[in-house]
Amino acid sequence: MSDYILQLTHISKSFAGVEVLHGVSFALRPGEVHALLGENGAGKSTLVKVMTGVHQPDGGEIYLNGKPVRFSDPRESRQAGIAAIYQELSLFPDLDVAENIFVGRQPTMTGGRIDWPKLYREAERLLTSLGMHLDLKKKARSLSIAQQQMVEIARAFSINARILIMDEPTSSLTLNEVADLFRLVRRLRDDGAAIIFISHRLEELFELADRVTVLRDGTHVDTRLISEVNREELIRLMVGRTISDLFPKQAVRAGDVALKVENLSHRGLFEDISFELRHGEILGLAGLIGAGRTDVARAIFGVISPHIGTIWVDDREVSITSPQKAIGLGLAYVPEDRQLHGLIPLMNITSNISLPMLGEYARRGWLRNKAERTAAFGAARQMEVRANNIWQKARELSGGNQQKVVLAKWLSTKPRILILDEPTRGIDVGSKAAIHALMSKLASEGLAILMISSELPEVLGMSDRVIVMREGHLTGHFARAEATQEKIISAATQVVTASHVP
Amino acid sequence: MTVQNSRAYRSGLLWTLARFREAGISVFILILAILITLRAPAFLTADNFKDILLNISILSIVALAQTMVIITRGIDLSVSSIIGLVAMMVAFVVKQNPDLPVVAAVLLGMALGAVLGSFNGLIISYGRVPPIIATLGTLSVYRGLVFLYSQGTWINSFELPQSFKLLSKGTPLGLPNMVIIAILFAVVVYFFLNHTRTGRDIYAVGSNPEAAQMAGIRQQRIVFLVYLLSGLASGLAAVLWVSRFESAQTNTALGFELQTVAASVVGGVNISGGVGTVPGVLLGALLLGIIENSLTLVRISPFWQLAAQGLLILIAVVTDNLILQGVQK
Repeated sequence: MSDYILQLTHISKSFAGVEVLHGVSFALRPGEVHALLGENGAGKSTLVKVMTGVHQPDGGEIYLNGKPVRFSDPRESRQAGIAAIYQELSLFPDLDVAENIFVGRQPTMTGGRIDWPKLYREAERLLTSLGMHLDLKKKARSLSIAQQQMVEIARAFSINARILIMDEPTSSLTLNEVADLFRLVRRLRDDGAAIIFISHRLEELFELADRVTVLRDGTHVDTRLISEVNREELIRLMVGRTISDLFPKQAVRAGDVALKVENLSHRGLFEDISFELRHGEILGLAGLIGAGRTDVARAIFGVISPHIGTIWVDDREVSITSPQKAIGLGLAYVPEDRQLHGLIPLMNITSNISLPMLGEYARRGWLRNKAERTAAFGAARQMEVRANNIWQKARELSGGNQQKVVLAKWLSTKPRILILDEPTRGIDVGSKAAIHALMSKLASEGLAILMISSELPEVLGMSDRVIVMREGHLTGHFARAEATQEKIISAATQVVTASHVP
Repeated sequence: MTVQNSRAYRSGLLWTLARFREAGISVFILILAILITLRAPAFLTADNFKDILLNISILSIVALAQTMVIITRGIDLSVSSIIGLVAMMVAFVVKQNPDLPVVAAVLLGMALGAVLGSFNGLIISYGRVPPIIATLGTLSVYRGLVFLYSQGTWINSFELPQSFKLLSKGTPLGLPNMVIIAILFAVVVYFFLNHTRTGRDIYAVGSNPEAAQMAGIRQQRIVFLVYLLSGLASGLAAVLWVSRFESAQTNTALGFELQTVAASVVGGVNISGGVGTVPGVLLGALLLGIIENSLTLVRISPFWQLAAQGLLILIAVVTDNLILQGVQK
C-alpha cells in the first residue's frame, strides 16, 4: 500500500447519466514516470481531473501516501502536493515570470507588504535549482510555449509538488525543446517526484516512461513496465475492440473526381496536403485531435485565407478566398463545434436552416417567408429533425437534433461536396445512426463527402478510403479493405520523417 | 514546428512603447502643452496649472478606482450616480448639522459610497450579472434615488458652512487641500496595487480568471472588493464635489462616468483586463484636464470638448491594439 504515493481504486464517474469511467484503478510510485495512454475519449482527461479535484468521483477511493483523501477543488489537491500542467497553460499573461510562480503566495513582510526582493531571490533560486534560464522580469505573454511550460513546472515545484501531471506537454514543442523537457522530467524523477505523463507519441513513452497504463473506453486495460511492451502491443491494448456493424455504408461505385487538393500548405498549421475526393465517395480523414485536420477543412472552405497549393473542383482549378465563394462552388462545411460555428442557438429552426441561402428566398432585399418556410420544412423533414415545430429555438433541441438542423442547413444549399467535421461527436446513439444512414444515402446519390472523425470505428465503418494526418502532415492513405485500427493509429502517432525538423 | 515559437523574444521599439505607455503620454502632453502655449501664453502660468490640478483632482480619484475595476475585466458605470446620490445626502446632513466636523462628513461620504458600491459588487460577483449591465442598472437606480431623496430640490452655497467649503479650496499646505487629498489617494492606491497580495490578486484575476481560481485566489471576493472600493472612492469624490462647487443638485456629476473610463483607457488601462498603472491613469486624467482647460484658452468652443475626449479614447485604444498585435505576432 505505502509503496504508492498516489493510488486510485475503482474510480467511476458519470456525466449527465453517461458513465465515462467504469471502475478505473491506477497506482503511482514515487520516483517514476508513469505514462497514461489511450485513444481520444478513453477517459484519460477525466481520470486526471479526478486526481486534481476538478471532478469528484461517483465511486471509488483515492489514497495519498496510503491515506484516503477527497479533493473538492483543484486548490485542495495542490495543497496536497499534486500539480497538473494542462495543454491550455494557466499563466497570467500580464504578470512577469517571477510573479507567475508565486502568485497568490507572494512572500510578505510584516504589515502585509509584499517582499519583492525576496520574491525575485526565491524565484531565481528555484529556477537555478531546476536548471532553467528565464528572464524573471519578462511578462508571461512574451514567452514561448516551452518557456511557459517551464514557468508552470517551476510553479508546481515552488509549492513542493511531489506529483506532477503533464497532459500532452510536448504537443507544441520543437524537438530541442522536447529534449530539454525530458532532461528536466528525468531530473525531477531522480529527485523522487512522481510524474504522470500523457502523450500520444508512443516513441516518447519508450524514451521517458518507466511504466505505462492503458485506458480504453473508460476502463483500465493494463499496466506494464515499458521495457516489457513493444509498440504494436501498446496499440493493440489501446484499440482492442471489434467494429460493430452499426455503420450502414452502402458500397457505391465512385464517380468522377469532385475535389482535388494538391500540395496545400499553411505555415504552422499543415504542410503539403494532397488528396482526391470522388463523387459518391466518403473519404475519412483520421488523426489525433490537433493534427491539423480541421485547419485543412477550413482552408478548403476559404475560412483560413492565404494558403499555398491548388484546389480543383470538378476538374476546374479554383481559388477559394471566402466561404461565400466555396458555397458558390457547391461546397458545404459542417463544423465541429455546433454551438460555436454551426448554429445560432437563439434563432428558430427555419431561420437557422435558411441562413446560408437567404439570397434565394429574398426579392429586392425582402425575405419571402413562404419560400423560406417551405424549403426549411422540406430540409428538416428529410433530416428527421425531432422538434415541436419549425419555429422552435435551436438551443431547445437535443444535441443530435441540433446536428441534424446543421446538416439540413447545409443540405438546403444543394452542395456537391460536403465536408463534415466530427459529425457525430457528443450525440446519442440513435441520432448517430440516423446521421450515418443519411451520409450513406447522400453519397449514393452522388455527393462527395469528406469526413473528419476522431472515432476510429466511425472512420472505418463509414469511409470508402481513409487518409490520416499527424502534426500537419499526411501520414497514411488506406483503401477501405486494407484499413485497420492498428494501421490508422500507427500512422496517427508515428514520428514524422525528418523533413521538417528545425 | 518552429513557427509557434517565433513570437518569443520580440523586442525593439514596439516593446518599449508597450512597456512605457507613461512615456508615450508624457511626450504627447509635452507637445500639446508647447502648442497651446504658442497660441495662448496664459496656459503656462502657475495659476492656470493650479486650476488644472484642481479640475482633475476629483477625476483622478474616481478614475483610479475605475481602473481597479477595469483591471478585473469589469466596468463601473454607476460612479456618477453614486457621486450624485452621496453628494445630495452629505450636503443635506451638513446643512442640517453645520457644526459637524468636516472629517466626519468625509467619512460619512466614503461609507455611503462603499455601501452603494458593495451593492454593485454583490450583484456582479455573487449574482453573476455582467458588470456593464449591473452598473448600467444602478446608474439609473441611484440617479433615481437622488430625485426621490431630494424631491427635486437642490442645496445651495449659502446653506453650506464655510469650514466645509474650505475642505477643497483651503491651501494650508501651499496646494489646495483637494489636490493633496487626490495625491494621497493615488499614493495609497499605488501601494495597494503594487505592494499587497490583494492588489496583485486584482491583476491576476483580470489577466486570467480561470488560472486565478486554480492558484487559490478567491476571485469573487476580489471582484466584490473592487466595486466596493469604486463606490468608496466615488463617495469621497462626492464630498469634494459638494465642497468645491458649493452645491448639490439632482444632476451632479451626470455623465461623469465616461470621463473616468476615458482617463483610465487613455492612461493605458486595457479594457480587457490585467493591465493598468497608477502613473498612467494620472497622466490620462492630466491630459483630459489640459484639453478641457486649453479649449477655452485657445477659444475653441467647449462643445468640442466631448468630441476631443472621444477621439483621444479611440486613438488610445487603436494604438493599444496595434501595439499588442505587433507584440504578439
